[in-house]
Amino acid sequence: MTDDASPELTPLDPAFITTSRIATALGLLPFVIGAAVLELTKLLPPGSFLVPMFLVYAFVAFTVPARKYRHWGYVMGTDQLRVVRGYMFYSDTIVPFGRIQHIDVDQGPIDRRYGLSKLTVHTAGNHNSTVTLPGLAHADALAMRAAMRAAIRQEIL
Amino acid sequence: MKPAIDGSIDVTGQEGARLHISGLFVAFISGLPQLLFPLLAAVFGARKSDNPALIPIMVGAVLALSLFFRWLSWLRFRYHVGDDDIRVEKGILNRTARSIPYERIQDVSIQQKPLARMMGLSEVKFETGGGDGDDAKLSFVTLDEANRLRALVRSRKAGVAVTQNVPEMAESEDAETLFAMDGKRVFILGLYSFSLVIFAVLGGFAQQFDFLLPFDFWDYKRWAGLAEDSGVRVSTINGVGMVGQLILAFGAFTCLIFIGFATGVGRTILREHGFRLTQTSKGFRRRRGLFTLTDVVMPTHRVQAAVVQTGPIRKRRGWHSLKFVSLAQDSKEESNYVAAPLATLDELWRISKAAGIAAPDGDECLCKGAKLHWIIQLALLMPPLMTAMVALLIFADRPLAPMLFLVLLLVIAACLFWCDWRRYRFGIDMQQLYMRRGWWRQRLTLAPHIKVQSIEITQGPFGRRFGLATLKFGIAGGTLDMIALPLPMAREIRSAVMEKVAEVDYSAINQSR
Repeated sequence: MTDDASPELTPLDPAFITTSRIATALGLLPFVIGAAVLELTKLLPPGSFLVPMFLVYAFVAFTVPARKYRHWGYVMGTDQLRVVRGYMFYSDTIVPFGRIQHIDVDQGPIDRRYGLSKLTVHTAGNHNSTVTLPGLAHADALAMRAAMRAAIRQEIL
Repeated sequence: MKPAIDGSIDVTGQEGARLHISGLFVAFISGLPQLLFPLLAAVFGARKSDNPALIPIMVGAVLALSLFFRWLSWLRFRYHVGDDDIRVEKGILNRTARSIPYERIQDVSIQQKPLARMMGLSEVKFETGGGDGDDAKLSFVTLDEANRLRALVRSRKAGVAVTQNVPEMAESEDAETLFAMDGKRVFILGLYSFSLVIFAVLGGFAQQFDFLLPFDFWDYKRWAGLAEDSGVRVSTINGVGMVGQLILAFGAFTCLIFIGFATGVGRTILREHGFRLTQTSKGFRRRRGLFTLTDVVMPTHRVQAAVVQTGPIRKRRGWHSLKFVSLAQDSKEESNYVAAPLATLDELWRISKAAGIAAPDGDECLCKGAKLHWIIQLALLMPPLMTAMVALLIFADRPLAPMLFLVLLLVIAACLFWCDWRRYRFGIDMQQLYMRRGWWRQRLTLAPHIKVQSIEITQGPFGRRFGLATLKFGIAGGTLDMIALPLPMAREIRSAVMEKVAEVDYSAINQSR
């Protein structure tokens, strides 16, 4: 691995693979339906459109989330949050707790079934005004939020 | 902080409080205009059917649906006033819980629109100066509750911000003048602001109002006729010979240049006349303008970064401009605060020093970017060009001449990239970050480490392959991106900056002390 920077990255909750599979599968479903409709109209030879479409669909919905999961990671430091993601388009963001404006914990309907939530940190910067970390166990997200808030509070005093 | 207040909060505490129910109707009524289209759609949809009674039913259904959803979101909206933050939970399906620490709340604004006022309600906004506008809004709560919240936030913050009630503009005379421009300087600036925008304005005006003109504005024959009326004939112009035509063209060109300069000078004098930047106890105060005098105060602690800019010609005369980056917007066309539109470097560093930004003093070791970055970009241009060449050869059956033209494009791109590489510098010293870029309009950005909000290292597919990274700094109101660094260097700079940043809290640097 090229991520040689010192502390170990904490992986996301493995349930993130499942939720992100469900989310992509649902999100891309219209395309498959569209392909099926095209198939029914019999404009093209049977299977020439639906089969490749379905293969791509299966790849995007099943393989990609697992890969995505492998490349996400975070480090919750004592005074900073580091979020690493992406392989092709790699990005490694650090937000010092002292610069956090406010903190969001979001839970979508799929996330809620699997007890996950998404942590979003807002900064005042134009670039990276929001840094998002999905796929955290809900309790972890709340604990992280509490820790950040405590850190902000402490620095003030 | 009074314990009594704490106690009263804990009662509403765990569950959080709901907004006032009457607010539902206020929001519903003020949201009616947004329902116009769904309503029209409902009416038109119902008109198709034979039953005329359907129309009121459809309209009623749309209204009821809207009210129902508003009620649902009201039901799911809770705010919680905690010991060290205000928490807002909302969302019907997607739940969002936002936590705003008291330390981050810059201001609490209470707004009463007429309808809400009739009901004794008000809208409370907590402003934090976060990147996106809508921080947290409670619409609506009773006025009492709004005042209570504001008082509460103020009391929680009392230890941090105190100097809010300095009398406005009391110290105007004894303030130190940092920079002023006399008439001559404004005139010089005007010369650099050469602009032919007047023609665009006139043309646009003519296009817009040509129905008012007694003739067709764009008809050149008409103009020729007009000229002939006053004794000049098109044939005479054609007949004056080559030299004569050249002289005429030269005359027209000179006219154009003159008008361009005149416009620039005129506009600049209107805007910059009597430019005066003073340092007061509240911050920088800038007064300028001929007819509309503007007077803008920028608190010193709000300055996030400085931008020094110069053009290809004015650089030779030693002229630069200085702008301050901040969250506030200076005017409609300027997002950054103009501290000095035309100044020598000496004058300029004196101003920036007052804002806590030091001049580069030689130990910042400005580095060049890795050449590879630009070579990759050039290489990325090749495939589309190649495709275009091949396509032209095969499909359009062209000879080789246009090919050379495409190669010329590549050469031009290479030249531009080379210029960019040659001018680009980045650097870091103990206090500040430096980034210089641009070969035509040169721009040097300076930002103190402690004003950095976040740091990101990014690598695209090619950058990853060749070990090059981009370092992006989040700065409130601006950007500072260092490109074309080797990855280890990016990491090094990041940890150096982080060390400085972590020491100081946002509130400490962005509130007046």
